[in-house]
Amino acid sequence: MPASPANDHFDLLVIGAGPAGIAAAVTAADAGLRAALVDDNPRPGGQIWRGGAHLPAPARQWLARLDGSSVVRLQGWRVFDAPEPNLVLAEQNGATDKTANANPALAVLHYGKLVLATGARERFLPFPGWTLPNVMGAGGLDALVRAGLPIAGKCVVVAGTGPLLLAVAAHLAERGARIAAVCEQAPRSRLATFAAHLFFEPGKLWQGARYRWAARTGRFLTSCWPVAALGGDRLRSVTLRRGSRQWNVACDYLACGFHLVPDTELPALLGCRIVDGFIATDELLETSLPGVYCAGEPTGIGGVDLSVLEGQIAALAVCGKTAEARLLARKRRRRLGFVHALEQACVLDPELRALATNETIVCRCEDVPCAALRERDGWREAKLLTRCGMGPCQGRICGAAAEFLFGWRAESVRPPIFPALVSSLAWGPARQTQNFSAAGALSENSKETP
Amino acid sequence: MSVAADVLIVGAGIVGAACARECASRGLSTVVVDAGAMGGGATAAGMGHIVVMDDSPMQLALTRYAQHLWRELAAELPPSVEFEACGTLWVASSEEEMAEIRRKRDLYASVGVESEILDGQALAEAEPQLRRPLPGALLVPSDAVLYPPCAAAFLMRDAIRMGARFHARRRVLSAEKGIVRLEDGTQFHAPHIVNACGADAVRLLPALPIRKRRGHLVITDRYPGFVRHQLVELGYLRSAHSITTDSVAFNVQPRTTGQLLIGSSREYGAESTAVNHALLSAMVARAQQYLPGIADLQAIRVWTGFRAATPDKLPLVGPWPEDESLYLATGHEGLGITTSLATAKLLIAALLGEKAEIAPEPYLPARFLGASPTPQHNGSAMSELVHASEKSHA
Repeated sequence: MPASPANDHFDLLVIGAGPAGIAAAVTAADAGLRAALVDDNPRPGGQIWRGGAHLPAPARQWLARLDGSSVVRLQGWRVFDAPEPNLVLAEQNGATDKTANANPALAVLHYGKLVLATGARERFLPFPGWTLPNVMGAGGLDALVRAGLPIAGKCVVVAGTGPLLLAVAAHLAERGARIAAVCEQAPRSRLATFAAHLFFEPGKLWQGARYRWAARTGRFLTSCWPVAALGGDRLRSVTLRRGSRQWNVACDYLACGFHLVPDTELPALLGCRIVDGFIATDELLETSLPGVYCAGEPTGIGGVDLSVLEGQIAALAVCGKTAEARLLARKRRRRLGFVHALEQACVLDPELRALATNETIVCRCEDVPCAALRERDGWREAKLLTRCGMGPCQGRICGAAAEFLFGWRAESVRPPIFPALVSSLAWGPARQTQNFSAAGALSENSKETP
Repeated sequence: MSVAADVLIVGAGIVGAACARECASRGLSTVVVDAGAMGGGATAAGMGHIVVMDDSPMQLALTRYAQHLWRELAAELPPSVEFEACGTLWVASSEEEMAEIRRKRDLYASVGVESEILDGQALAEAEPQLRRPLPGALLVPSDAVLYPPCAAAFLMRDAIRMGARFHARRRVLSAEKGIVRLEDGTQFHAPHIVNACGADAVRLLPALPIRKRRGHLVITDRYPGFVRHQLVELGYLRSAHSITTDSVAFNVQPRTTGQLLIGSSREYGAESTAVNHALLSAMVARAQQYLPGIADLQAIRVWTGFRAATPDKLPLVGPWPEDESLYLATGHEGLGITTSLATAKLLIAALLGEKAEIAPEPYLPARFLGASPTPQHNGSAMSELVHASEKSHA
């Protein structure tokens, strides 16, 4: 029989401990709310504020504020279902320093208000060889390096689209990697238009300094993309194409990401209204569900500064500090042009649709080749007849690819939004009340509820 | 007036697809229309268990015939259908149920369905993950599993190969008196219309005694060999038979992918596809009672679907007496995958005025006409249905 789950109530529950989530939780806790921050990573910071020492000043400041706050931190807990209003279920990943067997693996988290700061993930496009070992996401390789993967002296090709490419290339170069090429699929003319925005928005990811670094190395190629990754047991080289020219580059890693797609599974499961793939909110970031707010990339891919701002706005709105929230909302509105410009800059070249051959795997979980999908006339039919998107990742990777390749948009979200133990689906009414301390540990003196 | 086809089938689930294949194979011009994709309704939601069931002699006759038809077809099925004759183990949890298992074996033997009683030790060897001790089980080796959407697609493609036409994503507004009207304004004229819309059949024919009976399924990640047979608690029949309450029963299926399907639940009155977490929880807890180790496997998805339930647990197959153009192939509740091929055989016999291989009378829709619409304490199926609907919203 399953262990009784932990069970706690918070004025504000923030899901996702990236910049938006941290800002929201800290702001709410400072205003006196009992706020909890839940995230499946062992440490706060999300995808972007990873790896302590090398972080920029604003990141260090926010992380320090979080450390000094009363925010209850549930790190290593992954929210997988929302079975009732004002309640989510989370499972422990085993990523925290839990004392063996003392903690239940399941938590029932009740909340008054909710901030969804679920972040974004990289978009992968299938091309021959993209499933070879050492072909990975740009952000994914960056995270591995921050976690200790030795990269010094390794030869890396960075490819795809979006500001993340240059950020990753610059960081890997700092760590001693040889960057053979940074391939941006967008044409230079479009980047120039986008760069003009940066003049008014310093401090963005696609920073001028990085752009200059890349330009100086001479290995920043626009209108360029990989057409094949080659190698037997692992990656040996990448075939790049730029216009009519095609050539091979030997490398150890291909870091490849075609911009970001928002993580909207939990908002969708809750029933938040979604428009064009992003969560619809009002000016103070309340979603179509009263008391449920959304901050950061799921409202529009805008980078770290905008995410922090949105986290603060949502928390202030939750606390009823409407005037302050509106002030920041005005600041936010001025930055939305950046979101739009970024989106425009990263529009994918239609030629990228032709990269996948009939044999290229699109769905890695279920080994579905592109040819099996070309015959289908919708995501639903593709799922049913090929199992595309039906594996453990539930279409998180192939869904975005299929949307670009075939124009299919994924339909409804089904629980659990992440794989969860079968026993976690059987959480029952017989629960123990166990409160989490600020450090995320469970209190020892649990008491039975009547 | 243009006649579209000899037969117009509304609904491209596994039943509609099987009917289309049968009609086309007999040279009838056949058109199939569906509001969605092929096999996208209850067919996609179901487990795909080809099983002989004995809720009644009529159900036994139909499922036995159907299981036989699937075995005959097995050699033609492409790998995507994942047909595997893994057999069913009907698991007993008490000595009382062992007595029931002996009765079931004798009954199956009387209609020529082979089965074998396993004692507790043999059961533990056959399925080491089952809790111990258990008194035993009945093995029905000729039962099978398959992947229903690809089975429906295979049947439909076979029908198309023989000349049938299929229109996907075209919603039907009405189907009666030789005319099928579509939402897009199209009208098809056909002398024979087949309503094969599953639980949605009542939308086109409100007089049908069909109720939606919602079910939940869980699918896990891949654990090859965790279980080897379709495992069903003997009490499943009680759960399936009860028509007054929500119920769960232990029913776990090994997929050829190594994944497990965990069922089952039954509830009336639910119209939404949203998960009922209380029922899901009870269903999973039930599975854990029989298979303790299942608790530690990863579940990757939960979904719901709607069975088309009739008061007497038998489908509606054959002419609808109040409209000479209209035929029914619906009301299969949880046995639509199993009995699709048999349904198609009964339907074609009715359409062509031929003699079917099994007696068609128990499944004729006419059985529900003429029954009194008011509750009477005569134990009739119709009165039971009315009685149940009064209680179900408590």
